[in-house]
Amino acid sequence: MTTLITDTRTVFSRELRPTLRDPFTIIFSMVQPLVFLALFTPLLPDDDGTALQWFVPGIIVMSCLFASSMTGSNLLFEIQTGSHERMLVTPLRRPALLIGRALKEIVPMFAQAALIVTVCLPFGFRFNLMGALLGLIILAAFCIGLGALSYTLALASKNQEWLFWTVQQTLIFPLLLLAGVLLPIDNGPGWLRALAKANPLSYVVDAERALFNGDIWSSATLGGLLAAAVVAALGLGVGVRAMRRSD
Amino acid sequence: MIETRGLAKHFKDVRAVDGIDLTVAPGELVALLGPNGAGKSTTLRMLTTLIPPTSGQATVAGFDVVRRQRDVRLRIGYIGQGNGAGHSQRGRDELISQGRAYGMSVRDSRTRAAELIDSLGLAEVADRRVSSLSGGQRRRLDIAMGLIHAPSLLFLDEPSTGLDPQNRANLQEHILALRARHETTIVLTTHYLDEADSMAERVIVIDHGRIIADDSPARLKAEHVGDRIILGFDTESDAAGAAATLDAPRQGRQLHITTDGAPRRVPGILDDLKAAGHPAAEVEVRRPTLDDVFLKLTGRSLREGGAEATRTPELVEV
Repeated sequence: MTTLITDTRTVFSRELRPTLRDPFTIIFSMVQPLVFLALFTPLLPDDDGTALQWFVPGIIVMSCLFASSMTGSNLLFEIQTGSHERMLVTPLRRPALLIGRALKEIVPMFAQAALIVTVCLPFGFRFNLMGALLGLIILAAFCIGLGALSYTLALASKNQEWLFWTVQQTLIFPLLLLAGVLLPIDNGPGWLRALAKANPLSYVVDAERALFNGDIWSSATLGGLLAAAVVAALGLGVGVRAMRRSD
Repeated sequence: MIETRGLAKHFKDVRAVDGIDLTVAPGELVALLGPNGAGKSTTLRMLTTLIPPTSGQATVAGFDVVRRQRDVRLRIGYIGQGNGAGHSQRGRDELISQGRAYGMSVRDSRTRAAELIDSLGLAEVADRRVSSLSGGQRRRLDIAMGLIHAPSLLFLDEPSTGLDPQNRANLQEHILALRARHETTIVLTTHYLDEADSMAERVIVIDHGRIIADDSPARLKAEHVGDRIILGFDTESDAAGAAATLDAPRQGRQLHITTDGAPRRVPGILDDLKAAGHPAAEVEVRRPTLDDVFLKLTGRSLREGGAEATRTPELVEV
């Protein structure tokens, strides 16, 4: 018999298979953040030699954020062709459709995270393995929620693709900038800090930095965990409802 | 197999499906016939759990389509209007994924996929990207996907739309063979009259979201239209005399007689006319089509062009 886990695996492996059969695109996309890292890191103020410690977890979050926000983009096409409808008629559990598709975007990003970390080691980057693994779990939860929201957005954008891209592009950059991924928020004006405080991604980014640095039992970890859990629950709830209503 | 009561779906102000009572017994092959926008697909989408009804009830394969969605989904197959296989996927991969979605083991899915690839003539294209397949090949792949778990109830939404006549005939053969072999209950929608006529032993005519007729094609035609015998005469006076003899309406040098079982009646009519001294010069027997039935029931034609193709009353009579 099937379970939520086997259903998720079915969806996940279906989604990933075309990529595995044609791995060139994924290899190419994996190198992109390295270029970003190489060009951006030298610009960061690095008085005490901790720029990489601060920046690398942020870059990993950024890749996962971009990737999972694209979860719905493949779906747009499959809604048009009819293969999404065919999935909806199968007994696959609805959350598995959301989680499986989101994981297809996230898992390659975790391979990328390993690559980024490895490349940064010779430049003095240090991390705590336990903390990093826990950090990736929190990140995965957040991205599943975001992926489910992206899926919902694709359902809502049926027959009007521009809507998907407009909303995705409009939201992704404020979300990113207001989480202090590229530049620290601490010195910003009050209104900006208030917005950052309302941004769940801020807590996830803070948690990633603490965890990669080995600060496992901290309030940052708890904050990140909570923010990720809330986003995951919200995304899955909204996504399952949207699937029931879509026509 | 299917039981609905007052099944309805409203989209804002549009009553797409407006109260349908339908019973389908195991093993039946039923065609839902109607113009575009009649509510056929919407009905199918409710029966396959894709959209919830606005009101009414439906039990499919023994389970309520709203409260027991998963149980319904496990027992039915659905072949939609679009292509079920993802375009970036390969056919065989999709078949195996589909089997897994229905809880089959990897090994069973593989075996079953190979069987279907073989029986639907997809061996040469099953390992190519779906986007490189022709329309007919994709449609057969869709059929294969709908059959992977050997459902006892199969829904097909406009299965042959967009196919050339050859592929349409092939597809119809496959569906009929499937039914002969596994006694699958089949519900399909179509706006091809010949398809409904030749395949289904029960045709349900839908218009404006309601069932307006439900019977075998032969009985629908006999009941609502009947055969037509057209007799031609060399002179108007022969035609007039014949019209008097047979008590039939005359149109110029032609007589039009509407009747059941026309082929059996023609010899007798010809004898009567000869005996009365008004022999017919030519004779034609027209069997009614389902389009005639639809025309009779709704005043509109169902032929390509759909609901808009309204005929003038003069043409209807001829």
